[in-house]
Amino acid sequence: MSDLASHLPVLQVLIPLLAAPLCFLLRKEAIVLPFTIAVSFACFAISMNLLSQVLGGDILVYEFGGWSRPYGIEYRVDILNAFVLVVVSGIAAVVFAVGPGQARRVIPEGREYLFYSAALLCLTGLLGVTITGDVFNIFVFLEISSLSSYILIALGLNRRALMAAFSYLIMGTIGATFLLIGIGFMYQATGTLNMVDMAHRIQVLGPTKGVLVALAFVMVGISIKLAVFPLHHWLPNAYSYAPPLVSAFLASTATKVAYYLLIRFTFGLFGAALVFETVGIDRLLLPLSIIAMFVGSIAAIYQTEFKRLLAYSSIAQIGYMTLGLSFATQAGVSAGLIHVFNHALMKGALFLVAACVTWRMGGTNLDVMKGLGQRMPFTMAAMVVAGLALVGVPGTVGFVSKWALVSAALEVDALWIAFLIMASSILALVYVWKVVEIAYFQTPEVELERREPPLRLLIPTWILAGAAIYFGIFSSYAVDVAELAAQQVFMVGL
Amino acid sequence: MIDVFVSGLPPGVLLIVAAIPAVLLPHRLSQAVMMALPIVGLAHLLQMPADFSYSIEVFDYTLQITRIDGLSRVFGIVFHIAAFLGVLYASHQKDRLQAAAALIYAGAAIAAVFAGDLMTLFVWWELTAVSSVFLVWASRTEAALKAGQRYLIIQVMSGLLLLAGAILLYRDSGTLAFEHIGLESAGGWLVFLSFGIKAAFPLLHGWMKDAYPEATVTGTVFLSGFTTKLAIYALARGYAGTDILIPIGVTMTAFPIFFAVIENDLRRVLSYSLNNQLGFMVVGVGVGTELALNGTVAHVFAHVIYKALLFMAMGAVLFRTGTIKASELGGLYKSMPWTAFFCIIGSLSISGFPLTSGFVSKSMVLSAVGHEHLLIISMVLLFASAGVLDHSGIKIPFFSFFAHDSGIRVKEAPINMRLAMGIAAAFCIGIGVFPEYLYAILPYPVEYSPYTVSHVVTVLQLLLFAALAFVVLWKTGLYPPELRSVILDIDWTWRRLLPAAWSGVSEVWLMGQRWFLGTADRSRLAVLDFTRAHLSPWTRFGEPWPTGVTAMWAAVLLFAYLLLSF
Repeated sequence: MSDLASHLPVLQVLIPLLAAPLCFLLRKEAIVLPFTIAVSFACFAISMNLLSQVLGGDILVYEFGGWSRPYGIEYRVDILNAFVLVVVSGIAAVVFAVGPGQARRVIPEGREYLFYSAALLCLTGLLGVTITGDVFNIFVFLEISSLSSYILIALGLNRRALMAAFSYLIMGTIGATFLLIGIGFMYQATGTLNMVDMAHRIQVLGPTKGVLVALAFVMVGISIKLAVFPLHHWLPNAYSYAPPLVSAFLASTATKVAYYLLIRFTFGLFGAALVFETVGIDRLLLPLSIIAMFVGSIAAIYQTEFKRLLAYSSIAQIGYMTLGLSFATQAGVSAGLIHVFNHALMKGALFLVAACVTWRMGGTNLDVMKGLGQRMPFTMAAMVVAGLALVGVPGTVGFVSKWALVSAALEVDALWIAFLIMASSILALVYVWKVVEIAYFQTPEVELERREPPLRLLIPTWILAGAAIYFGIFSSYAVDVAELAAQQVFMVGL
Repeated sequence: MIDVFVSGLPPGVLLIVAAIPAVLLPHRLSQAVMMALPIVGLAHLLQMPADFSYSIEVFDYTLQITRIDGLSRVFGIVFHIAAFLGVLYASHQKDRLQAAAALIYAGAAIAAVFAGDLMTLFVWWELTAVSSVFLVWASRTEAALKAGQRYLIIQVMSGLLLLAGAILLYRDSGTLAFEHIGLESAGGWLVFLSFGIKAAFPLLHGWMKDAYPEATVTGTVFLSGFTTKLAIYALARGYAGTDILIPIGVTMTAFPIFFAVIENDLRRVLSYSLNNQLGFMVVGVGVGTELALNGTVAHVFAHVIYKALLFMAMGAVLFRTGTIKASELGGLYKSMPWTAFFCIIGSLSISGFPLTSGFVSKSMVLSAVGHEHLLIISMVLLFASAGVLDHSGIKIPFFSFFAHDSGIRVKEAPINMRLAMGIAAAFCIGIGVFPEYLYAILPYPVEYSPYTVSHVVTVLQLLLFAALAFVVLWKTGLYPPELRSVILDIDWTWRRLLPAAWSGVSEVWLMGQRWFLGTADRSRLAVLDFTRAHLSPWTRFGEPWPTGVTAMWAAVLLFAYLLLSF
């Protein structure tokens, strides 16, 4: 047992990696679905176990083939990435449990195995990016997750999904290339790819030209992956044309992992002193975050398609996260991390609502959602709950995020930012309200009987929506972990 | 552990928790349970110790979710009574959504009163907003939907201001406790503004006359009881003795009168008069002496009941006749004698007639103002009292039940409505005749006797002259609802009735209001145009750019980061 336990870090990535081609070979949905669910739950269990191991402050190091650094590749688990692992694998477990088989209209029939294997590959990539302690490995896993997410997006029923996947592919590749160039510069400057080593050497080197150029490339590369304004334009198309399940999965995991990378590179590898004092990226990141908060929310108000609205809202929410980071304080990073967790819950729930609506109505245009409040009461109730969380109503996770973020802003005496956060919450109220108004107060063009989607779709939706309430009331668990993670990032670095 | 937690919960939570199960029962059983809830809640409150506190730990903050003391207790009592009256009044109707919303609303208001810290207050504050809007929407008309949305936005905004203020206050003082706040800090001002919105301060009062008349017959009875009085409680707790409240309150007492006099929708008249009554309370809070606070609280107690009574009577009229326009009603005393009788008692109370509840409470506020030698304030309040008689005391019963017989013949109000009105009327008279019971539960010891010769004589003189003015205007055909071109003639009436200054002031007021609204509207449109032009789908920012453009932006951003570095 102890032997197996010591291999948990590698199993975290290995299990989905091996499962993905198996799915492709098994093909039969009846086998593939339970298999995928089992795999994703195993991943979730492993990540929970890893988190519980590192919460005390220890750092788990897994050396491949027994080669210690700087020669071998290592996986490193600390609180920060264990936390992200839990978010990613948890969301994966919930979303995969839906299973496209029940949701006929969500994934093209007969192509379920493609969905499963691509989704598992994507999960592999995301978990790998998060867990690895090797910079080049990050690039490799990022490519695995990106390539499989292009497939996932292209599975969308609308033909424009292909175009969306293609332009995401181009943008994603540009982003990955930037990151790779940055990593190349870092390698050139330090002569190592191991993250711990690299961090030490960068600290010794100080702000040489190579390091500064590397920082610029890395920042832009991650910004594209994270959809930071103004590099966000691949996101609305990708999320709105992808199958709803895919949107649910990607929206609550992919950008979260990119945010993890941002923290890791800025605070871990380059070091806060260099990033925020010598270079001062917050001078750029802070205004961009604030613009994103408003541009995303306002654009969301004008959308006529539910998933697109959610996608624009995601851009605003990413703005909150990068805003927290750009304070360059422990409270700021912790607020950003809390929001990573909370946003994963509420956006996941909302995209699953979109899946329910798609299942019922064949699409998620706001027009078809008229009067759905009476026709799909449970689904729409989940929408209201998650929507309220998005606004930041007390008793929901959104409030916890906003509270943490506003406190962080006040801590650095940025009163005006605190007010801007409040103001953008009101915008969130407007676009959430717009959907509520359509669903509850407008009469549909066609009379439909009351019918809910199958439980396999509804239960995961409510698990996430319920979690958005549960962690809003019993917030200490997530908040404590995020605070510990931020503390470790600041105290220990890598 | 659970025991301690449950017994530590504030009164009001019972109503919230039980609301949804209660409305799901069969109709009769459901009504019985719903009526029992406020009674059980009240009994629970009364048997709780007079000073009680219970706190829980959330995040790193200690939240005092229950604080019972003299001030909160009396609000709790009257809110329970109002909840009971409202439920009884609504018990004929089978709208479950509305019943649940009403109970949750009442429960949230009660719980809010017992909140010992600003976070807890904020939670209940927002819950009252969210639950009460359903009472407006329950009319299920287009106008109610729109009015409800405006109402909700404003109420939620009030909550957000409260939250923002609470955060600032916490930052300054390190505590969230809801004690005296004052206006010394930015946070204090934000919270003040938040309370001000709910208390319908001048310029912030629009939501009330907008939403209340659109609510359902039974919904308005609930609405009139809680939101604004919760705000008065909050002001009394946080801003007692804040001088600026006195001019604010005086403005509130005086201005709504003009609008109330010319308004044709009788429920809107009552909304204006509610605003005017709040003015007395705000003045009382502003004076802030023990007598003034006692007077304010007593006035709230009396007011909640007689205002509910008046809204119930007008609701009954609307329920039976289908209209509430003064010009279309009249002569209803023949068909609705009980309602007419109760309505008159409510009218006497709101006018402050001796032997009614309004007399024993309002005179306390007036005396408190007098004690502080605020002569002009006293004069305005006296004028406002006369105005109250004019629009609420006479106009309401006169135009609905007497005046010209409209020929409408309807059935008397349903028995449950009459019962609710009867109980409310009994309270009005009971408090007026035996004020010592009310005085006994006030937050400070009372050494006050309302029935002195000078009081009674002053009030009677005032009331008689006001009544005389009404009769003269009515007989000469000048009373507003009798006029066809109302707006033009109002200025004229005012000028005849009042010193010319008043009309000047009101004109400037209206101009200012128009300018303010106009500017606000223009800037709103400008912002809307701008955002629509740039952020809606198919525009530059709203539509995903071609990949090339994003790539260009990536290059720009790279350049920017490099620029930062070198």
